[in-house]
Amino acid sequence: MAETNGHNDARPASTNGAGTGPGGAGNGSGGNGGGKLATVLADAKKVKARATEELTETIKAPEKTDLWKSVLRVKHDETPRSRALGVLSNVFLHLHPAKINRDAVAYNYTWGMGGMTFYVYITLVFTGTLLMFYYHPSKVVAFRDILYLESDVPFGKLLRNMHRWGAHLMVIMVELHMFRVFLTGSYKKPREFNWVIGVLLLVLTLLLSFTGYLLPDDQLGFWAVTVGTNMARATPLLGHDGPFGPQLGMTPFNDVRFGLLGGSIVDSNALLRAYIWHCVAIPIIASIFMIVHFWRVRKDGGISGPSQVMLEHEIKEQKKP
Amino acid sequence: MANPTLEPGVAKGQPAPSQSKPSLLQAFQGIFSKGEDPDESRTVGRRRKFVMAAVLGTLSLNLLMFLRFFFPRALYEPKTKFRIGYPSDFGFGVDTKFQNQYRIWVVRNTEAIFVISSICTHLGCTPDWKASENKFKCPCHGSGYDPEGINFEGPAPRPMDRAHVELDPEGQIVVDLSHVYRWPKGEPSQFNDPGAIIRL
Repeated sequence: MAETNGHNDARPASTNGAGTGPGGAGNGSGGNGGGKLATVLADAKKVKARATEELTETIKAPEKTDLWKSVLRVKHDETPRSRALGVLSNVFLHLHPAKINRDAVAYNYTWGMGGMTFYVYITLVFTGTLLMFYYHPSKVVAFRDILYLESDVPFGKLLRNMHRWGAHLMVIMVELHMFRVFLTGSYKKPREFNWVIGVLLLVLTLLLSFTGYLLPDDQLGFWAVTVGTNMARATPLLGHDGPFGPQLGMTPFNDVRFGLLGGSIVDSNALLRAYIWHCVAIPIIASIFMIVHFWRVRKDGGISGPSQVMLEHEIKEQKKP
Repeated sequence: MANPTLEPGVAKGQPAPSQSKPSLLQAFQGIFSKGEDPDESRTVGRRRKFVMAAVLGTLSLNLLMFLRFFFPRALYEPKTKFRIGYPSDFGFGVDTKFQNQYRIWVVRNTEAIFVISSICTHLGCTPDWKASENKFKCPCHGSGYDPEGINFEGPAPRPMDRAHVELDPEGQIVVDLSHVYRWPKGEPSQFNDPGAIIRL
């Protein structure tokens, strides 16, 4: 490795050469004054020759330089250790386990629902961000922007429908994932904590769905949010129609519904609030919980599953030494 | 977080009973009393507790400020008090001409005029007036009301609220939607209260 370093990387090599230069000069001055200049010149020639050689090598095979290897992926020895290191030292892959139980990742066991939910979430973040370029969260303009997106924006209809159907799909997939986890008993010890995180993620998914409902500012979304937030009136203690609410001084102008809508009716404040919750706050919270969720899957011993079994025909005969 | 009101109590206070885990008050007493505790670790523990209390106090104050932030002081919502014209402008039965503008219906029967707030008492949608069926029908969950706004089908828990009405000196009807009259299930009706109805 050290040898490769010296020969293939142009930069460290030249520093190295510069280092030897003054050393050589010092030696020369020890001998006699006349040979000093000659030594320096000879050293410089040597450095030049080496630099030229290294430069040609770099141009011939740039993939062998350390710089190249540090940035781009290179082929390592085919040993289990280097394969594991390849996964562990990559930020995008390090969540993957180095080894996995074959039966636990079978599609008829996991349905692939957790991973696919995450994939749909990524799609939603991407399409949603693009939609934000054409959408203004204010009354009158909001619905017009939706019509504009649907009819005039290039690929606007595609993006909006990807976002809309993706949102429906994500809710369905989260529920199927939960159903699978329930059926396979994967909420049991030691995975109780991750089940709780999962329930929070389900709630966040539903909240994302609900806040996104108002954003087109059409009749469907408007009345859905009217109905949905009117349920908040009946919140115990915090709602003005709920148990003990009026006794605590709750009115339509200071209860939990007022805080959600930013007013006593579903109006421009409510639209803006739904927009910010939908596009900024809840995605950030959900992403944080997702990180914990995925990390925790690994920490709890990977995907739950049947105990690791090796079939009879797979057992190799032990080699006799 | 240092609460100055605690100090007089501290000055007069008795020596704290020895405990393995001192309370917050005892921590404050330790901090504000002059005598130095010979036990170094207990002093450090109290200081840690004080810092922790300061941090948590600041954070909880910030949380309260964060929550208060979501309740605006000024609202830009439609007026709730407005004039709708003279009683003679309205014929018998349900008048829906102010539904879009003010979200109300004006109802006149043989003896009086009153104003129904067009908000379904189930979950707040606007019911439709079905003239052919002589009833209000909510499109959201199917609550039905008779022409006087009394519920008779669907999930609505009570008749629709009625707005406060009065005649101004000119003789026009003034409606105040911020003051409504209700008839909750099992409770006495407020629909005959003064202000709920204009007798003609």
